[in-house]
Amino acid sequence: MSLLQLKGISRSFGSLRALEGVSLEMSEGELRAVIGPNGAGKTTLFNMVTGLFPPSAGEVRFDGHDVTGESAERRTRQGIVRTFQITEVFPDLTVFENLRIGVETAQRANALPWMSRTRRAAVERRVDELLSITGLASKSERVVSELAHGDQRVVEVAIALSLAPKLLMLDEPTAGMGDEETDNMVGLIRKLHDEQKLSILFIEHDMDVVFGIAQRITVLDQGRVLAEGTPDEVASDRRVRAAYLGEAA
Amino acid sequence: MNPRYLRLGVLWLLLLTVPWWLPYVGGYTQLGTRVLVYALAAMGLNLLLGFTGGLSFGHAAYYGLGAYGVGLTLKYLAPSTPLALVIGTLVGGVAATLLGPTLMRRRGVYFAMITLAFGQLFYFIVVRWNNVTGGEDGLTGFQRQPLHFGGYVLPLHDVTFYYLVLFCFAIATAVMGIILRSPLGHTWVAIRENRRRAQFLGIPVERYVWASFAVSGFVTALAGGLNAMLNNFTSPLDLYWVLSGDFVIIAVLGGMRSFWGPLLGAIIYLVAQDYLSSITDNWQSFIGVIFILVVLLFPRGMLGMLRAKARSA
Repeated sequence: MSLLQLKGISRSFGSLRALEGVSLEMSEGELRAVIGPNGAGKTTLFNMVTGLFPPSAGEVRFDGHDVTGESAERRTRQGIVRTFQITEVFPDLTVFENLRIGVETAQRANALPWMSRTRRAAVERRVDELLSITGLASKSERVVSELAHGDQRVVEVAIALSLAPKLLMLDEPTAGMGDEETDNMVGLIRKLHDEQKLSILFIEHDMDVVFGIAQRITVLDQGRVLAEGTPDEVASDRRVRAAYLGEAA
Repeated sequence: MNPRYLRLGVLWLLLLTVPWWLPYVGGYTQLGTRVLVYALAAMGLNLLLGFTGGLSFGHAAYYGLGAYGVGLTLKYLAPSTPLALVIGTLVGGVAATLLGPTLMRRRGVYFAMITLAFGQLFYFIVVRWNNVTGGEDGLTGFQRQPLHFGGYVLPLHDVTFYYLVLFCFAIATAVMGIILRSPLGHTWVAIRENRRRAQFLGIPVERYVWASFAVSGFVTALAGGLNAMLNNFTSPLDLYWVLSGDFVIIAVLGGMRSFWGPLLGAIIYLVAQDYLSSITDNWQSFIGVIFILVVLLFPRGMLGMLRAKARSA
């Protein structure tokens, strides 16, 4: 069954056509990369899916129903959770506190002015679980703004995970990272996909990462889908080589 | 023993014994009462300012509404101290709650400007509504009433009134402390830290800013009500924007990221005022200098600075 379906999505900003008739279908449990040169519309595509702003035309379907007119907050509650190109965390709080916010939100507990001991313990157990999945356990009491860039990005992924997403969307998860940090993030994405059976859609510029882990790749160019397929299919596509990989090489 | 409980124990012991020791260090009980009242107002403001990240320049309005609520109740409705406090708190708190939706969408300077505008609106209403509020001369002709416990009557002179204020202070700080440790408090802090991230967790941020503004308004209104009883008088200055600014200064001075920061701020502010104003009419310029120094040298306020020292020691 397809988890995410985009039908003829277009979006313009003034005279700039950021996306033109983009269609995309992603099935449950899939690990999909979106690639394309700068300005191809990758982040705009993400914004269409998460509902940051509405498309000028087209339809977004998620988990079997039309979410085109729904707010970003509602979509998040239905399981579309993203990270950002520029890391968005709660900088002055500890790693533990960052994840606790997410877990409490996932449990719809935000409005409670008081929490029972048992419920609090359940929240903390879930936070510990997330800390161990993401390998952050040893940094749990550290203030996030004092962590290395790579770790901050892992925290952001962990916050996203705390919401128990159906679709995890990562906007350039390895941007600005060194080799070791990149390997760590790649390992985490692979683990989330293999062990947690998560559906993941990610934008990435690092071709080693993309061709190393993606099951399918969508190539965007100037607001249109240029090609889509398995890494092998995409790598051998003539238009892709000409428009994109050729440039990069 | 947990050092946090030890510090809290010392703090409450000091607060409980104020009428005994304060005269020995050159103070008097009423000064202690005033410190508690200002601290409470600033702690209420700080729920919004320090813990949710919304700067209000109009909190004196809710403080003043609390004060007039108390004064008018005592004068016209019923000579009951508890009833007057409840009504005063409700008047100020409900006003904040009703205005919340009009400001919860604004951010930064715009938020501050709208809070200021609403504050001034109430100020002018009180000034103009002469025959009820007493206009610019202020509201007089009411008096805090003795407390009745069954057959026992407790007169509220300086010392017993201090304990009534301390009792209200204790309840309000307990409620605020519990909320800040709850998911609601965590959500406020998340909004302060990163509004966009909070939004993308699916948190309806605006509703929570509203909640913070409302709770904050109730606490500050209670403080205003207590102040009206302390002086048996209230005037439009209790709603004026200058007082709103004083509350912000007190919170920032003490440390707006710390729960008890505004209490320390109130102590510094009122003691400096009490002492300096007996020496010079320009006492406010000295407060200004202190404020600038604190902001420049200890951006986290006095308590924040003390904490950082304690941690590094």
